[in-house]
Amino acid sequence: MAERERVITVRGLTNRFGEHTVHENLDLDVWRGEVLGVVGGSGSGKSVLLRTIIGLNQAVSGSIDLLGTDMIDGDPDALRAVRQRFGVLFQDGALFSSLTVAQNIQVPLKEFYDLPQDLLDEIAAAKVHMVGLPADAADKYPAELSGGMRKRAGLARALALDPEVVFFDEPTAGLDPIGAAAFDQLVRDLQQALGLTVFMVTHDLDSLYAICDRIAVLAEKKVLVTGSIETMLQEKHPWVMEYFHGPRARAAAITAAMDKR
Amino acid sequence: MADGRLQAERDGTALRLRLTGDWTLTHAAALLSRLGGLATAGLASEHVTGGGQRRAVLDTTGLGRLDTAGAILLVRLYRQVADQGFEIDWPQARREHRALFDYVGGAGEAITVWPPSGSGLIGMIEYLGWLTMFFVREARRFTAFIGQVTETAMLTALRPGRMRFTSMVHHMEETGLKALPIVGLLSFLIGMVMAYQGASQLQKFGAEIFVVDLIGISVLRELGVLLTAILIAGRSGSAFTAQIGTMKVNEEIAAMRTLGLDPVVVLVLPRMFALMLTLPVLTFFADVMGLCGGALMAWNTLGIDPYLFFSRLQEVIVPRTFIVGMVKAPVFAALIALVGCYEGLRVKRDAESVGRLTTRSVVQSIFLVILFDALFSIMFNILKV
Repeated sequence: MAERERVITVRGLTNRFGEHTVHENLDLDVWRGEVLGVVGGSGSGKSVLLRTIIGLNQAVSGSIDLLGTDMIDGDPDALRAVRQRFGVLFQDGALFSSLTVAQNIQVPLKEFYDLPQDLLDEIAAAKVHMVGLPADAADKYPAELSGGMRKRAGLARALALDPEVVFFDEPTAGLDPIGAAAFDQLVRDLQQALGLTVFMVTHDLDSLYAICDRIAVLAEKKVLVTGSIETMLQEKHPWVMEYFHGPRARAAAITAAMDKR
Repeated sequence: MADGRLQAERDGTALRLRLTGDWTLTHAAALLSRLGGLATAGLASEHVTGGGQRRAVLDTTGLGRLDTAGAILLVRLYRQVADQGFEIDWPQARREHRALFDYVGGAGEAITVWPPSGSGLIGMIEYLGWLTMFFVREARRFTAFIGQVTETAMLTALRPGRMRFTSMVHHMEETGLKALPIVGLLSFLIGMVMAYQGASQLQKFGAEIFVVDLIGISVLRELGVLLTAILIAGRSGSAFTAQIGTMKVNEEIAAMRTLGLDPVVVLVLPRMFALMLTLPVLTFFADVMGLCGGALMAWNTLGIDPYLFFSRLQEVIVPRTFIVGMVKAPVFAALIALVGCYEGLRVKRDAESVGRLTTRSVVQSIFLVILFDALFSIMFNILKV
């Protein structure tokens, strides 16, 4: 890996809500084809960082470059164009409740392209299959699906335009351990098959062990350290120590070690 | 980004299908027309009659990006050729192309996006049947709900400590006190309109004084209570549905049940009793304002001064007229509150149903208010009241 391509570059980012500073002078790089896990305590601004990178939240200062587009001062046309190149999976899927799963998947397709309905239907079927949903889930409404299925359907919509980068906001929150492990596996499989770059905000230590190439720890208003899980285990910062050496972390490490065997 | 292209050519005895450029969503529409226009079947048979063997080679060395849409088109091409009995080779397939091809090829048939619905006459009859069953079911459920509320009300009457009086007073303020200005203003205006329209007709017969009878009877017996009820159905019935519906979306109702609280006691009864107490008061207020509006207009256009107006009113209006209007108020109030709460409790866990059921709650309660008003008229007629 000599020449790695930067997909996301964040420099000197500052976010403030009223008197409360969430990020101060935050730097972060994400490389093409990697799975980056972002961890941090509650209120450390993980979700805010995600929302700022995808342009849902206006930063106070700093620069963000996503796929070569300036996400803070970019012109509207460029922003519209870059939106076709990344997908976002919100916490509970954020599916449009008045549309079926297939229609949800077709929303971005119809917005950006003029395609015949039979091809649209076929694309929707392919995405539904891709995320491991049964074919009959396609014409169901979100309210008729379980939490895990809604997440998969949300992922299918995020993948509708075949994005290069996918953002996940706590993808395994609210799933049972079996469902969470299956979802991790799905993310990994799709990431490898489609060559995706994944930016994942998570709390799930199992996910970190199972699928993340690199981890970024958010604390003290900036990215404290980044690196592989091994780097994290060597880190001496008290919060990182507690996070990666706590009882839950040990359990996750044991599981991961057993999986490798 | 190069345009996606497909070329077919003879390569020895095999048919070489050469894919070049980007096969992506952007080019899908153009590719699709070419894929149809290519008439793969004709091309394949031409190849065979020209002495070729039933063998095809997919050449993707020049293929750039491939996305799901492109992969679907590729799968379509593959199947079209395979259906002709061709053996297909795909040498030098790039790993990511192959992976996507397998993903897409494994998907089932295209799915129906719109739930199937009958068309024409049969569809209409089906819909009519569905609608009838829907109303029957709805009426049954609503009746059951009325029963449940009545039962709970009885039980609560035995143990008044369970009644939420604070909540009730709050809803009395919301639905009663805060509705006074709008109810008063509207009744005043309607009284004026009635007087004005009545006066212009009655003047033709020289029977101006009968305008007092007209306004007195119509406002006290019908308009005061009906107008107030319709206004409150739109104002408070909808609020009940939206409040309870939002709680349902947040699973607050479920939480309430697990804590041993009965939603009927906590949510429905305070609202229903609050409305049953305030609607008669509002109706009385509406009656007074309607008469004042009428009196003002009678004075203005007919020269009937207020003293004459009200002494004539006392002569012609028996207390019964006023009471007939007032007894309807608690009944209408109960209907509005029950419909509002019932629809609120029927909200499902999605935002859309809150809006839909709020609309339905207002329409239903106004419908029921007018229906019951008609039933009251029939009943009073039979009883000769």
